[in-house]
Amino acid sequence: MKMEIAESVFLMAAAVESPAKMIVRDLAVFYGKFRALNGVNLSIPTRMITAIIGPSGCGKSTLLRSFNRMNDLTSNCRVEGEITMEGENLYAPGVDVVDIRRRVGMVFQRPNPFPKSIYDNVAYGPRLYGIHRRSDLDGIVERSLKSAALWDEIKDKLHQSGLSISGGQQQRLCIARALAVEPEVILMDEPASALDPISTLKIEELMQELKKDYTIVIVTHNMQQAARVSDFTAMMMIDDARAGRLIEYDATNIIFTRPKDKRTEDYVTGRFG
Amino acid sequence: MRKNFEKEIQHLKDELLVLGSVVEAQILGSVESLKKRDLDASRRIYETDDQVNSKRYAIEEQVMIVIATQQPMAHDLRLLASILEVSGELERMGDYAKGIATVSIRMGDEPLLKPLIDIPRMAEKGADMLHRALGAFVHEDVEAARAIPAEDDEVDGLYNQIYHELMLFVIQDAKTIERANWLLWVAHNLERLADRVSNICERTVFIATGELKELEKHDKK
Repeated sequence: MKMEIAESVFLMAAAVESPAKMIVRDLAVFYGKFRALNGVNLSIPTRMITAIIGPSGCGKSTLLRSFNRMNDLTSNCRVEGEITMEGENLYAPGVDVVDIRRRVGMVFQRPNPFPKSIYDNVAYGPRLYGIHRRSDLDGIVERSLKSAALWDEIKDKLHQSGLSISGGQQQRLCIARALAVEPEVILMDEPASALDPISTLKIEELMQELKKDYTIVIVTHNMQQAARVSDFTAMMMIDDARAGRLIEYDATNIIFTRPKDKRTEDYVTGRFG
Repeated sequence: MRKNFEKEIQHLKDELLVLGSVVEAQILGSVESLKKRDLDASRRIYETDDQVNSKRYAIEEQVMIVIATQQPMAHDLRLLASILEVSGELERMGDYAKGIATVSIRMGDEPLLKPLIDIPRMAEKGADMLHRALGAFVHEDVEAARAIPAEDDEVDGLYNQIYHELMLFVIQDAKTIERANWLLWVAHNLERLADRVSNICERTVFIATGELKELEKHDKK
């Protein structure tokens, strides 16, 4: 398949459904001399769930982390190309990276609450941004925990440690913590891979609620999960130079029933490798 | 990769071919026993339909198990969904053969209105189309699958011929109505059967390409 033709299609694919929240153009990410991502073009539709799938080492997490410049935290990482959010290039000189990370929140593979109370975990971000009045914080904490479908379970133990609740609850606490600073986009890196099936389903249901207000991008190894939760699916794979590439991007219904690329077909049917 | 899954898929294809061959034999046998006025053979055809139904349900159940345990995607999912569809088509075709056997049984000792010539031809053509359509299905031979539905014209032509011929009998002698009607039902069943072969061919194209649409038949009706 000719990469140039295909990639212009990837930019278009989602646009018909919803306006793009973020657009990735000719993105390449380097760790030192190693090119981890190459020639990625993709548009992330607003208030939809976009899943990124592909075998290990294909650059899924690297791509996800470039959406809020988390890669900047890795030494000798260099980015070429651009990612725009509503037209504004996240990689332009002078961009406020802290503000980007507020607008584009992230939830990680393992729940990582701070060793603080449930309340303080959620209030952490707003405090960082200068909100200190108790009544304001109370409102934010309650609203965020309700949005993360956790309020009813823990409203009576807000001042217990964030580490005292179950793994699934901790992950929803981390989602509440991300929501507290009112982001526009939520990035999720394998958010349920460390959770039991019931907790996993709760997170997946929560995602369906959250997408009414937020744009979500999820990296997952679990193809059934990608099929269940996402509206669009991006399939990645490494090329001959071992750089991650986007090889197919389409509505999730298409990717899992009649993908166009043989490599996607092999991957989703479990015949890869 | 996925050797066990491949084995299960192959087993299902084999079972589908077995079901197909039983149905083929039912079609040819139902017409043959009608032609020879062999009531015992007609009764056997009638009873064998139970086996056709059981086989169809067994395939359906096995497909469900494979879907539940293997979570098939893309081509595999299309194939399994199509096996469900095709096993249903085969069961319906079996019902047509049972219908022909029923006509024969109901006729009892009555002689045929006329010697059967075109009806066995319809049965042979339909069974042959079915045989090749199933071969194309299991081998995902898209070219063959696209070509077979057009052959339905021949079956429709024979049906029209039989229809007009039987009408002539009725016009000339109203007492032949019942016996003509029996044969008309037989021809009608065979005509419907050939139509269903096209559905199998559509599924073959779907499995291979993901494209689900009616194949052109140049239908003259």
